[in-house]
Amino acid sequence: MIAAVETLSSGWFLEHAWLIPIIPAVSFFLIIFFGKKMPMKGSEIGIASMVGALVLSAGAAYQWIQRVDSAPSKETFISPVVRTWNWWQNDGFSVSIGQHIDGLAITILVVVAFISTLVQIYSVAYLHGDRRYTHFFAALTLFSAGMLNMVVAENMIQLILGWEIMGLCSFMLIGHWWEDGANSRAALKAFFTTRTGDVGLLVGTSVLYFSANSWTQEHLGLSGFSIRGLSAWALSGDPSSAAITVGAVALFIACIGKSGQFPLHTWLPDAMAGPTPVSSLLHSSTMVVAGVFLVARLYPVFFEGLNILGGNMNLIVLIGGITIVIAAALAFVQNDIKKVLAYSTVSQLGYMMMGLGAGAWLPAVFHIFTHAFFKACLFLGAGSISHSASHHSFDMKKDMGGLRKVMPITFTTWIISTLALCGVFPFSGFFSKDEIIDNVGHNGYNLFMIVGLVGAFMTAAYMTRATYLTFFGEARGASAGEHHEEEHDAHDSHAAHDAHDSHDAHDSHDAHAGPRESGWLITVPLILLATLAFSSGFLNALPFGEKWERFKTWVEPRSEVVLDSGSMASGPGHAIAPVRPVAESEHGEGHGSVCGTETPEEGTCYAPSLNHAKFKWSKAMLSLLIVAAGIVISWLICVQLYTRKNAKLVGLTARNKLLGAGYLFLLNKYYLDHLYEKVIVRGIAGPIARGAYWVNQNILDGIVNGAGVITRKSAGWVYRNVDQRVIDTTVNGSGAAARGAGSALRPVQSGKVNQYGALLFGAAAIGALVLIIINT
Amino acid sequence: MLLNQFLLLGAVLFCIGVYGVIARKNAVMVLMSIELILNSVNLNLLAFAMRSGTADGHTFALYIIAVAAAEVGVGLALVLLIYRNKRNIALEDLSEMKG
Repeated sequence: MIAAVETLSSGWFLEHAWLIPIIPAVSFFLIIFFGKKMPMKGSEIGIASMVGALVLSAGAAYQWIQRVDSAPSKETFISPVVRTWNWWQNDGFSVSIGQHIDGLAITILVVVAFISTLVQIYSVAYLHGDRRYTHFFAALTLFSAGMLNMVVAENMIQLILGWEIMGLCSFMLIGHWWEDGANSRAALKAFFTTRTGDVGLLVGTSVLYFSANSWTQEHLGLSGFSIRGLSAWALSGDPSSAAITVGAVALFIACIGKSGQFPLHTWLPDAMAGPTPVSSLLHSSTMVVAGVFLVARLYPVFFEGLNILGGNMNLIVLIGGITIVIAAALAFVQNDIKKVLAYSTVSQLGYMMMGLGAGAWLPAVFHIFTHAFFKACLFLGAGSISHSASHHSFDMKKDMGGLRKVMPITFTTWIISTLALCGVFPFSGFFSKDEIIDNVGHNGYNLFMIVGLVGAFMTAAYMTRATYLTFFGEARGASAGEHHEEEHDAHDSHAAHDAHDSHDAHDSHDAHAGPRESGWLITVPLILLATLAFSSGFLNALPFGEKWERFKTWVEPRSEVVLDSGSMASGPGHAIAPVRPVAESEHGEGHGSVCGTETPEEGTCYAPSLNHAKFKWSKAMLSLLIVAAGIVISWLICVQLYTRKNAKLVGLTARNKLLGAGYLFLLNKYYLDHLYEKVIVRGIAGPIARGAYWVNQNILDGIVNGAGVITRKSAGWVYRNVDQRVIDTTVNGSGAAARGAGSALRPVQSGKVNQYGALLFGAAAIGALVLIIINT
Repeated sequence: MLLNQFLLLGAVLFCIGVYGVIARKNAVMVLMSIELILNSVNLNLLAFAMRSGTADGHTFALYIIAVAAAEVGVGLALVLLIYRNKRNIALEDLSEMKG
């Protein structure tokens, strides 16, 4: 039955993937301690560490592809490269640390390392002369280290470590210019909102650990924290449905907070207060992807806990669907280009969540991959505009317009990324987003397929609006060469002042010379990202046939039932290779049990088997038509509205009450911030605080004061009776006795040596007499 | 038996020594009297050792001679210092320890 152990190829880079997060983590300390003394103020350490991480990730990716190719068939389970060390232990309870490298981890590792490298290069120019330049690079490097650590994490504790490092670094980076109160408030908001969700992470991890630990120890010899163990446990059919559902929901709450899903998305647009490179990194590959990554990583738990293939509604798909639409609607009323992009990120994360919730694992992960490139490119493009053209303002209506001629490179890369984001064939977004929509419908979530199509329409429309306002029409405000430094209250105003100080030093780089193209440090990352925004989709270009499904081959975990070798020896630092492929008992159709929907009779599943929709041009044409309609309609409205040609459209929200109310509703972000701050914080926290104050004043103080009075009274009684009478009498009495004995014995101490001698001999004589009397 | 004579001699020497310690006023004389007492004890020890036929008494006598030498050394040093300070070694004047 059991085939000879198939040895999958491995290699140095795969075995040492744990080094990838360590490099930037060490660099963080190097930058903090030595950065200011370096010739480039520490930025070279950051860039070098990210390049190192990128090289290691690329090597690991290459060897992973070799590993996949070395498998005997397309269905063979590719066991992840797991290594563990003991991290700490306490009375039999031990937590390990290590790596869990599979296709998903490799994908995110490459994306994170690549985008972090480009963002750091970009930041050298963008933050040139900033007052906390070194600290910025230190935090940026630690941020990447946190994400990389989370991606390679072997168990939930290590994952939480990376997750929390990111939370801390996002706080530091969003509040980088904390002198401005708004920035530090935004940083606090981001921190507290994600912390609210993080409670779910801790609860979920504990629930899963206590439900799964005995099973995983018995069957696999793994801890209940380990990702392998949890995946196998979830698919084994043994867990109680209550435990796994509670665990999955709790973990998903953490993902809602981190990935900016519907009720907790409010922190993400405010996080634009940070420098633009931070927004780019935070929104494309790190931080917000963490939540999606967690769902993808522990997919079996969510798959079983929320019954993903079974019903036609579950928590993840619902939250994802709501997020797509509400965030896209908010993007229409923003004038700040970065906020448009922020809501666009929220909306795209909704797509990923919806895909994961509907069983479209691979399209969702592929969308993480493609989205990272075009969204990073869009953010860096927005930064390029504000850096070089619009005088550090992000206001599209006031300070932009007509920039396509002065900034050709930024314009071209922006257009490519926008088309990718809208999902236009053959840009990368098409291949991933269309796959999500297609598979969501294929798995029976018809309502959410429509939501996805509506979202695609809205995406196309708001991106067209943003593009029109930025690059077309007439130049306005700063991009027309006007100076209004005092008026604008844009986020990057500190950068403006800092930049001016340094720009004054060299004339060739005059910030007041009106709009122009940015320098190569900014354009080269843009060009690289735009190239990938165009081409990364071809890694899994379904329309061109199965040969093009490389991403699926490399990344998707195969759902084969594998037999574990029971308790395996896992010495410190040794790679674990516990799984052996089971020989197919009968060839052809009979595949035994199907992972995820049936309980395997023997052996373990590590991934649920999922359906994949067949690509059809008819369905793709529908979504392409919708996107095209979105672009055209939005373009026409923009031209009419913003050139003020059509009197009917201009000022429509002011005239029509219903539309005005809708506009106000969107402008106030569905009043969610009001709800959180005024109703929840003041309405609940206020009374609680007042109640607590009353309890404090009346009950606690009463108890404390009462205890004080009782203590004082009993102390007085003790003083008068015990201390004064009993103890003092004793002490005085012994003193008097000693004095009396002293004065009685004083004459003996005459000071005369002869007398002492006589006493001595007298005493000796008496002693001798006693001796004689006793002995006779 | 010769033992009685030895013991008698020891007792006489001891009594002379005690008398000297109690009655003499000169510190050097007191030290000499102490030497007499110690040597009377030596005599006793040697007499008993001779009778029992063992070496224990001899050993003790040697120890006592060593201790007596040290005691006299310290005692004479004290007396010398007292003389330097007071130009006098009469013991009745040295009553600063009176309680």
